Amino acid sequence: MSDMISRQVLQASAKGYGLLRFITAGSVDDGKSTLIGRLLFDSKGIFSDQLEAMSQARYRRSMGDAIDLSLLTDGLEAEREQGITIDVAYRYFATPKRKFIIADTPGHEQYTRNMVTGASTADAVIILIDASKVELSDNGRVTLLEQTKRHSVIAYLLQIAHVVVAINKMDLVNYDQTVYTHIVQAYQEFAQQVGLENIRAIPLSALTGDNVVASSDKMPWYQGPTLIEWLESLSVYDDCHDKPLRFPVQLVARHHGHEAHGFRGYMGRIEAGKVSKGDKLLVQPSGLNATVKDILMLDRSLESAAVGQSVTLLLEEYLDISRGDMLTAADHPARQLKTVTADVCWLSEEPLDPRRKYWLKHTTNQVVARVTKIHALLDVNTQQKHPVNTLQLNDIASITLNMQRPLIADAYNMNRSTGSFILIDEVTHQTVAAGMIRLNDSGAENAS
Amino acid sequence: MNAVDEKHLIDAAGNHYLDWLESEAIHIMREVAAECSNPALLFSGGKDSVVLLRIAEKAFHPGKFPFPLVHIDTGHNFAEVIEFRDRRTAELGERLIVRRVEESIKRGTVRLRNPETDSRNAAQAVTLLETITEFQFDACIGGARRDEEKARAKERIFSFRDEFGQWNPRAQRPELWDLYNTRLHPGENMRVFPISNWTELDVWQYIAREKLALPSIYFAHERQVISRNGFLVPLTDLTQIQKNEVAETRIVRFRTVGDISCTCPVASDAATVEAIIAETAISRVTERGATRMDDQTSEASMEHRKKAGYF
Repeated sequence: MSDMISRQVLQASAKGYGLLRFITAGSVDDGKSTLIGRLLFDSKGIFSDQLEAMSQARYRRSMGDAIDLSLLTDGLEAEREQGITIDVAYRYFATPKRKFIIADTPGHEQYTRNMVTGASTADAVIILIDASKVELSDNGRVTLLEQTKRHSVIAYLLQIAHVVVAINKMDLVNYDQTVYTHIVQAYQEFAQQVGLENIRAIPLSALTGDNVVASSDKMPWYQGPTLIEWLESLSVYDDCHDKPLRFPVQLVARHHGHEAHGFRGYMGRIEAGKVSKGDKLLVQPSGLNATVKDILMLDRSLESAAVGQSVTLLLEEYLDISRGDMLTAADHPARQLKTVTADVCWLSEEPLDPRRKYWLKHTTNQVVARVTKIHALLDVNTQQKHPVNTLQLNDIASITLNMQRPLIADAYNMNRSTGSFILIDEVTHQTVAAGMIRLNDSGAENAS
Repeated sequence: MNAVDEKHLIDAAGNHYLDWLESEAIHIMREVAAECSNPALLFSGGKDSVVLLRIAEKAFHPGKFPFPLVHIDTGHNFAEVIEFRDRRTAELGERLIVRRVEESIKRGTVRLRNPETDSRNAAQAVTLLETITEFQFDACIGGARRDEEKARAKERIFSFRDEFGQWNPRAQRPELWDLYNTRLHPGENMRVFPISNWTELDVWQYIAREKLALPSIYFAHERQVISRNGFLVPLTDLTQIQKNEVAETRIVRFRTVGDISCTCPVASDAATVEAIIAETAISRVTERGATRMDDQTSEASMEHRKKAGYF
């Protein structure tokens, strides 16, 4: 990396264009590891000692004369031996424009579980399609692979804001525009059925680097951004800025251990909206009213604070508030739900047992929950829904849960933080499910 | 790039990425305080644990830390680091627990071929596990980062360890959104890494922004070193000169601080945090690659140590 570029990296990070978290969806054969290796390599997120370690790697996959970029992303011994990826790994790189975190998820049998995990914190997803593998009929119709559909459905369910379809291995189809156009057409049709919007498509070759970081001179017919340019241009403006306040209480601080000193701080992170001194808030679930007296960050007093900030709030009133309660905008409170309908992804090898209770963790709250109904299992390959009695590893389904105490929540599509939960097995203590709360507008679920 | 995107980038600029990393780390530490019954914070005096202390101050001010600081002392330390460790702890007025690998050697739980000069880095895991048992800690907060090493890239923020303190990469709990599963059975414990998502450059930029003090050996100084296998091995009582080697005085600094017998400085005249940031941005070698001889023994050194209970 030249000094000039690194100076730009420094300037960019000092200015803070914002961090972008993204996930790559595709199987080993789609060239996913090669793409990540290429992004790291061309943006110089690879260090020379890592390259050297690759050349020493005991287990090599043949890839001709080129460096096997996929070796860069294999972390563990077992993976190198078997040539597979076990688990979600996180990679870091920066360009002169911004910093990136990649959630690198493997593409074999536990794919759904891993992709859901990676997608839960992602702002963007790269869906990889191997251009050399799609079936192209005589009339130009393309049949997409089932896994492409699966990745897209998960991206939709997890509400990833930005989607790019990377049509990879263009080098194997002679950089043919027709192949690209047909795939994009087929994908657009499918995306519409699923409900995905604002899809961007980019023809590229991770192996040769065409349109990954540098523009390709082999595809003059493509005028759009390279993959990295697209990633750099994405908005990370959090639309939760404009939403009503959500402040789940994490900890209650009583200075000097007793209340006589009058210090009672409510610690937490703002998950939506903003808060200012003097604001009138609602305490949920108690329904009491509160007024913001001060907002503390270490030894500073802030006039206001916004989504993403971890702060300590002091209130005018002396109220009984504890962890798991939520401070919300008085005019736009969150819903209080004793029964909730959600899409869940089952993450455990032990199937769902509707006779059992599970711990449900939502924001800073934990309650006991029971699954009262499994509405339908979603076949992520065909998008068909089927009735079932239980859920197995990697299943995605719509279910209804009953809680022992109400959740203070929003719909997942309104707010990822207050609309998501996990289920924990009370015997094994494993995390067994990830849930996204779905609400209809009638308020039918609203039983307080 | 169109105008809308520009506007969004500028809006986002108000929400500095360091603020985002810091807020995430504060959130994680508060989750530990709320959900774990007997946590501890691992403080070595190294730069990453110095960042952890700052995060803890921000998370719990004006209260005291809801956990003691713990140092697993290899006995092979640079004096400047131990002096710094004690000074910083005293300034904060927090409680420091020190447990020594030396004590494990005396107990017979750690055996080294050459107890005086062998690296005690891996042996730290044994002493750490003994300390966890002694104090019944259910969570140890550490400064490990995912960008450090390929086994760490696969590490969770709340990393589950079984009753033998072992990390099993094949059986990690899935970690979604920022909903951390802290449930444990008796004897099991958690390692918690609030700065998982930070890079080496992020750490230095944060140290600059927060004006954090560090042990002096992080900054350029004169030191007697021996060139060996591409490393600059510091000349100390534990690392002696071998036949056909020449000691020379070089201007160096340490990128990491650890066991003397396996930690090497890099040639550098960066004497300020700003100069180190400029060097870090153009560095072509990872932090551990430049400095840790114990990571070079095999491709999976860190993975093996972690499976054995290392943090």
